[in-house]
Formats: sequence, structure tokens, C-alpha cells
Amino acid sequence: MAKVLILVDHASGKVAKTAGELATFAKRAGDCVGLILAPEGQSQALSEQLANTVIGQVIAVESNDFAKHGQGCILDAITQVVERVKPDAILIPSTSAGKEIAGRLAIRLNSGVITDAIDFTSDLSATQSVFGGSFTVSSKVSAGIPVITIRPSAIEAEVGASAPAFEKVEVLISEKAKLVTITDSKPAVKGGRPELTEAKVVISGGRGTNGDFKPVEALADLLGAAVGASRAATDAGWYPHTHQVGQTGKTVSPQLYLACGISGAIQHRAGMQTSKTIVAINKDPEAPIFDVADFGVVGDLFAVLPQVGQAISAKRA
Amino acid sequence: MKIAICVKQVPDSWAEKKMVNGLLDRASVDAVLNDLDEYAIEEALRIVEPLNAAGATHSITLISMGPDRASEAIRKGLSMGADEAILISDPALSGSDALTTSKVLAKVISDGGFDLVFCGTESTDARMSVIPAMLAERLGWAQLTFAGSVKVDPSSSSVEIARMSESGVEVMSAALPCVVSVIEKINEPRYPSFKGIMAAKKKTIATKSLSDIGISPSEVGISGAWSAVLDAKARPPRDKGIKIEDSGEGGLKLAEFLQEKRLV
Repeated sequence: MAKVLILVDHASGKVAKTAGELATFAKRAGDCVGLILAPEGQSQALSEQLANTVIGQVIAVESNDFAKHGQGCILDAITQVVERVKPDAILIPSTSAGKEIAGRLAIRLNSGVITDAIDFTSDLSATQSVFGGSFTVSSKVSAGIPVITIRPSAIEAEVGASAPAFEKVEVLISEKAKLVTITDSKPAVKGGRPELTEAKVVISGGRGTNGDFKPVEALADLLGAAVGASRAATDAGWYPHTHQVGQTGKTVSPQLYLACGISGAIQHRAGMQTSKTIVAINKDPEAPIFDVADFGVVGDLFAVLPQVGQAISAKRA
Repeated sequence: MKIAICVKQVPDSWAEKKMVNGLLDRASVDAVLNDLDEYAIEEALRIVEPLNAAGATHSITLISMGPDRASEAIRKGLSMGADEAILISDPALSGSDALTTSKVLAKVISDGGFDLVFCGTESTDARMSVIPAMLAERLGWAQLTFAGSVKVDPSSSSVEIARMSESGVEVMSAALPCVVSVIEKINEPRYPSFKGIMAAKKKTIATKSLSDIGISPSEVGISGAWSAVLDAKARPPRDKGIKIEDSGEGGLKLAEFLQEKRLV
């Protein structure tokens, strides 16, 4: 039976949604072992949050160096756990840090690495969607233990029946791993809205908002959606950079993507065109966003969005 | 300080891309300097220019791996103000993955006596954003990546950045040597001036083969890759959707569509 090690991501004492998703992929190939790297005294509480996942076993390493010195220490720990567990593949969430850790780990293990996978199969091959979703590529690591990063929300997490077995292990963190010192850390401010890459519905605003995101946010709150923005909107300072969807921002793949006042330049489409359903509202009937939209409204978002909200509220009442 | 900036020539983001045998067909599309590398060049220039104006002699070298025609993209970086460039070009490098690319770049960086490396966060074609981290790993240097701001203190030979990513903002510092990658929010890259373009024509681009840098062709390219493409296919185009003109009830029609599709 194959064994797949997954890196359990967490922030502010809460396990990320990706843990259950990675476990679901891992289970296709064999047993799933979850790795928790936590500050002193916190791994048990994190592990308990994995009770409803298909993770069979948890290995935890506790050290305050992870938060103090960052990735160098994280890599020392993962490498030593890999030597111990001897997994057949390693899955890591495709976040900025996840991809960096995967890349460095592949060098240490003399293994191949695949990033941003949207699928993982029992033969340990992975599927990626590349060039802004215009191509689907399936590849397999041909040397070493495959290290694969998986995009958040690539799969619906399977619910498990029992809590995983918990084991805490000690590792040796080298002085060389402590080249960087983290002096201050502010976690991302989480509003009431879901995380952009994890949301089922994303509503984005662009140049057409003229800097007024109120109608976009109002509908997002009604639908429980995340708010995105085009590069034009973030460059203008209308919305935080962290909400940018597109080639140099985030790639999202929700059930519903609503583009408001976004022309749909290829760089923006690269970040959203794998969404299941795409809806566009734009004044310009020639806007390229309409080429990828399942439903397009040529009109003013300031008139259309409130009307959508009213119609949906009326139906719900 | 001897600063190296890793740059890449990429297919123009606006161009339609084709794949041949699982690899991007780079010959058929226009090629440009990777947008995101311009932020790295700009940031290095902003750090070095005031120091050099005050009498220091810090240098900036562009390092790139790619086909011979990558020199066009490199020339743009030189016209922005970098001093010189090294292009590693070898037919055996075609199809190299990130592991190989980082190995080649790391070799040139460590042989060149550099102590600070700047990169963009990713290339707009491969989009893996792993090269800066891989360089730090291979060189055994500090990794200061996803910087939204960079402060270099030449007197203490240390660098401090604010790392900005989806998980928040972290202030981190390290002593030289280190690898820094910058996000596009950090600055507004300059357009090359006419004077800069003229000056760039006289700057050196040293083209090196694999044997020049002491790496065997068997370690690189498709044969040296750690992963293999099993299958690559174009995503089928999206079906033509419905497009309506809003004449007062566009919102109602859109709401109906969403409800029919059970999306709300």
C-alpha cells in the first residue's frame, strides 16, 4: 500500500481547509499521513481538528523556530520526517510558501516537483491547467519521491470517520536553517468574507467600478461570495492587492465567477477562465470578457448589480 | 555589493500559445522580457543608484538562461540601467525544468562572486514561482522572497524585507549573501530612456555555453528533467454564452439565469 505524506497548513491555531482536500487526493493512492509543524504545545489541538478528514495518522513536530526563522527550519523538519515515514509521494498546498517549500524540498530529496496541480491520481501523476487554463497537462515525476503542490479547492474534501493516530517526533534543526529572522508578523486580515481561492462564488470589480466597490461587496455579502479585483482596480488603489485575480494575482476556479466592469484582458482571464460558470456585466458590448462568459449583460453594473440583489432577496423572502 | 538579477525571456502574455510534444512552442510567438523581472531590475537600480552617486561601486549584472534570441529581452534590462549581462545559451538546455534552471543559474551566481540576487516572483509563462527559493536552497543563502519593500544596509551587509503573501505580512531580515524576490506592488519600473537605449547597445552580453560554465549536457534539458509530461491538450473553447442588452431589466434576467442554474 502506498503512503502519501501531506503538509497540514494552519494559521492562528486553525487548520486550513486544504488539509482535508489534500487528504482526499492522498487517499486515492494509499494511506494518508498528515504532517503538522507547529509552535511548542500547539500540535495536539491542531491534530484534533483533523478528526473529520481521511487522514489516518498525524506526525507532529513542535518548534518555535518555524515562526522565528521560517522556511529553512520547516525544510529541515520535513526532510527528517520524510526519511522516517518514507512516503511514496508528498502533497503540499499550492500557496506562495507551499510552492517554495516544495521546490526546495525537491532539491533536498533529489526529486521531481509539480506545482499547482488540480488533480492527483492513484498512479501518482498530476494534472495542471497551464497558460491561463488554455491547456491541460498531465505529468509524472520520474525521479525520487514526487513532490506535488495542489491548488486549494481542487476537490471537495471527503469526510472521515475517526480521529487520526497522533505521534509527536523530535527533529534536529541546523544552524544553517536559521539564516533568516522574522521580526514581525501580521496575519492576513480576515473579513467576514470567504478566502478568494476557496470561495464557491467570486464577484470581481474592475475599471468600470470607478473605485466604488459598494455594489460588488453588497452582492458578495448577499451570496456569501469572495470579492476579487482586476489589476486595473488594484493598481488604482481601489482594492487591496491581495484580492487581485489574474496572471500576476490569484487564480480562482469557483462555481460562479461574476466579472463586473472588467474588460477581460487575457491577463485577467488567465486567473479565472477555469471557473465553472462565468457571468459578465460590462458597458462595452465588445469587451473580450463576453467571449468567455456563459451569461453576459451589456449594461451599467451600478444598475444591474442592485437589481440582481433585489431579485434574489425577493425570491428568498 | 555585486548584484545579480535573474531575468527570463517569455512569450508575450498577449500571444496565443501552442504546445508541441508537451512543450511550449517558443519559436512561434513574440518574446519579451518577463514583466515581473522589470520590478526586480527597478528595485536593484533604486538601491544602487544613490549609493553609487555617493561614490560606491556596486554593480548590477543580468543573468539569463535561454535561446540566443533572449538577448533582445536582456537588452531591455540593460537599457533600464543594468551594467552587463550573462546569457547561458545551449541547445541542450531546451526543455529544462525549474530544477535544472535553478542549478544552472546557481552555478553562474556562485562562480561570479555575487552576494545579492534579485528576481521577480514568477515568470508569466511557467508561473511556478519556485526559482528564487530554489536558488536560495542551492546556494545555501538566505531566502527573502515576495518582498513588497526592501531595505539594504550596506554598512552592516544586511537586508530587510516585508514579505507580502496571502498569509499576511512578515518583516524578515538576513545578512548577505541572500536571494530576494520582489512583488509587482513594490515599484513602478521605469521606461528605458533614449540615452539608456543608446548606452545599452555598448554594454556586454557574455554568452556562455554549458561547457563554459562547467555543467554536463546530460544533467540538463529534457533528458535531465525530473518529471515527464504524459499528455497535454488544449482546453476546449467555452461554448458561446447568452449576451443580453440591459434595457432596464438586465439584473432580473441575470438573477433568473443564476436561479435556474442553482448558483444562488
